[in-house]
Amino acid sequence: MEPVLELKNVSAGYGRIQVLRDISLKAFPGEIVCMIGANGAGKSTTLMTICNVVTAARGDILYRGNRINGIKFSKLPPMGLCQVPEGRRIFPRLTVQENLELGAFFRKDSTRIQEDLDMVFDFFPILRERANQKGGTLSGGEQQMLAIGRALMSRPRVLLLDEPSLGLAPLLVGQIFNKITEINRQEGTTILLVEQNANVALKVSRRGYVLETGTVVMEDDVKNLLQNPDIRKAYLGE
Amino acid sequence: MTRGSSKAWIALGVGLVWFYLILWPLMGITPEGLQFIPSLVVWLKVAAAAFVLVSLNQLRTAGALAFIGKPTTAAWTEIRKIYKKVPVRVWISVVFFLALVFPLTTGRYEKDVVINVMIYVCLGLGLNIVIGLAGLLDLGYIAFYGVGAYTYALLSVHFQLSFWLCLPVAAVFAAVSGCIIGYPTLRMRGDYLAIVTLGFGEIVRLILNNWMSLTNGPNGILGIQPPGLYWPGFSSGLTLEYIWLKKLNYLYYVILALVVFTIIAVHRLNYSRIGRAWEAIREDETAAELMGVNTFTLKLLAYAMGAVFGGLAGAFFAARMRFVSPESFTFLESAMVLSMVILGGMGSIPGVILGALALIALPEAFRGFELYRMLAFGGAMVLMMIFRPSGFWPAKRMGQRSEERG
Repeated sequence: MEPVLELKNVSAGYGRIQVLRDISLKAFPGEIVCMIGANGAGKSTTLMTICNVVTAARGDILYRGNRINGIKFSKLPPMGLCQVPEGRRIFPRLTVQENLELGAFFRKDSTRIQEDLDMVFDFFPILRERANQKGGTLSGGEQQMLAIGRALMSRPRVLLLDEPSLGLAPLLVGQIFNKITEINRQEGTTILLVEQNANVALKVSRRGYVLETGTVVMEDDVKNLLQNPDIRKAYLGE
Repeated sequence: MTRGSSKAWIALGVGLVWFYLILWPLMGITPEGLQFIPSLVVWLKVAAAAFVLVSLNQLRTAGALAFIGKPTTAAWTEIRKIYKKVPVRVWISVVFFLALVFPLTTGRYEKDVVINVMIYVCLGLGLNIVIGLAGLLDLGYIAFYGVGAYTYALLSVHFQLSFWLCLPVAAVFAAVSGCIIGYPTLRMRGDYLAIVTLGFGEIVRLILNNWMSLTNGPNGILGIQPPGLYWPGFSSGLTLEYIWLKKLNYLYYVILALVVFTIIAVHRLNYSRIGRAWEAIREDETAAELMGVNTFTLKLLAYAMGAVFGGLAGAFFAARMRFVSPESFTFLESAMVLSMVILGGMGSIPGVILGALALIALPEAFRGFELYRMLAFGGAMVLMMIFRPSGFWPAKRMGQRSEERG
């Protein structure tokens, strides 16, 4: 099977500081792939590089077989590649509904947008209840749901999720990850998940990449990673 | 005496000492030598007033003034209830009707002031798009006012073109200059953008000041035509006569029409898809771009749209004054318009109108204290930022949690 998103030997950094070295990874249609690693391993930078917020110095980023290296990041959601950025970054003074509608900003098909709005509200019923409330007044977990819902409004083929568990209570983390698997199963969306919380990330994913100081040190099926003694020691706290 | 009340008295004491320390150098150091009496007299008056105010506040917190407070708050809630019952359309038509009959009942001076206020309403609403909606701090906004004014002035003096024809031309010129200024600067954010726009505002003023052959430099341009109109006349049968709208009454209606046009346009922009995207850019530019909003084009559009209303106001200003000079387009004017937007409430149309009224009409009403105008102005700003940080009439957005409603 062809990967829907592929990174080939990508290097990137901020100014003269190189962060990513020769990162290669693949995401196949319909799967959940996770990237785990410690603080500063380059996980978020990888996502930012895919979206060209950070420019790749070397290497190719392929989306459905086409090179997307130089494409401006506002052009990517229409192509079906959407990111939920780290720290949620919802629009605090817009209402929940307006936040969601902005996810579909580039789309013109208003009837389909309405359907998708209903779909998002079905995934996250709490958002329907809070539809007319300002985004900034939501709790952390609700804001994360809103951020994911907003990205879903663009009808993504590939969803890039950056640390959805950040700053959430363990119970909420469980809820969010249930929703993520649900989205993957119902909509067939490919999900590239970046997480520090390796425990939950490995449980929902099919394959995993382990990043250390900007390079991929290991890639395997999740069940092998979960049995690997090094991984268990370094990331699962055993 | 409770602890809270002694705190207030200590604060009063410290404040009065501090006030004297800044008052004395201002009043006491004179060419005739050091003097203490005049500053002490002023200080004593202020101290007495502050003492009375603090005492009243103490009585209020102790509950001694409840016999006044309760009925007034009750009356206030009643008024609010009545206000809520009447639909917004009715209020708008009442205000519009008052605006229509205003020039028929007032003198020349009042009309002049209100025309001035309305020019600033146009400017404020235009700047409101840039600052309130798109969140771009623009300190050189008056440049577009200048471009609009000079566009009409030059076209009128050299080509005798009519005001109505020049109005859209001025708007287009302002929009184009907005794009020219915006294209290089809008890559910057926040403080950097503010400084660069400040610089561009000054550049425009300096060009107007120094391009002698085109703008006649600091001498300005004289002999600009007022707006004209074909009006049915009955002097020799029914004919259309061309009349110049020189009288203040006519000018009043011209600017009123412009203000109404601006309000409708800004309102529609506010609730459009583009307005939503502007707000998203204001909230979080990177997130907006990640959602597929083309932030650069939309920021440029915000800048150009803001400039359009500045240009319209400028063209009217030139037609009304029938004279323009670079002096009218200084940084102080930019600061005035900015203050109106912030004082009234960013992003709110009635707020900007109130802000313009407060900053143009109130100083006129208190002409007697002209010398202390800037002092009062600064003091009012400080008080506003403490007591109503989001302006007189903050932009209304639905922000209640669902539990709180109903």
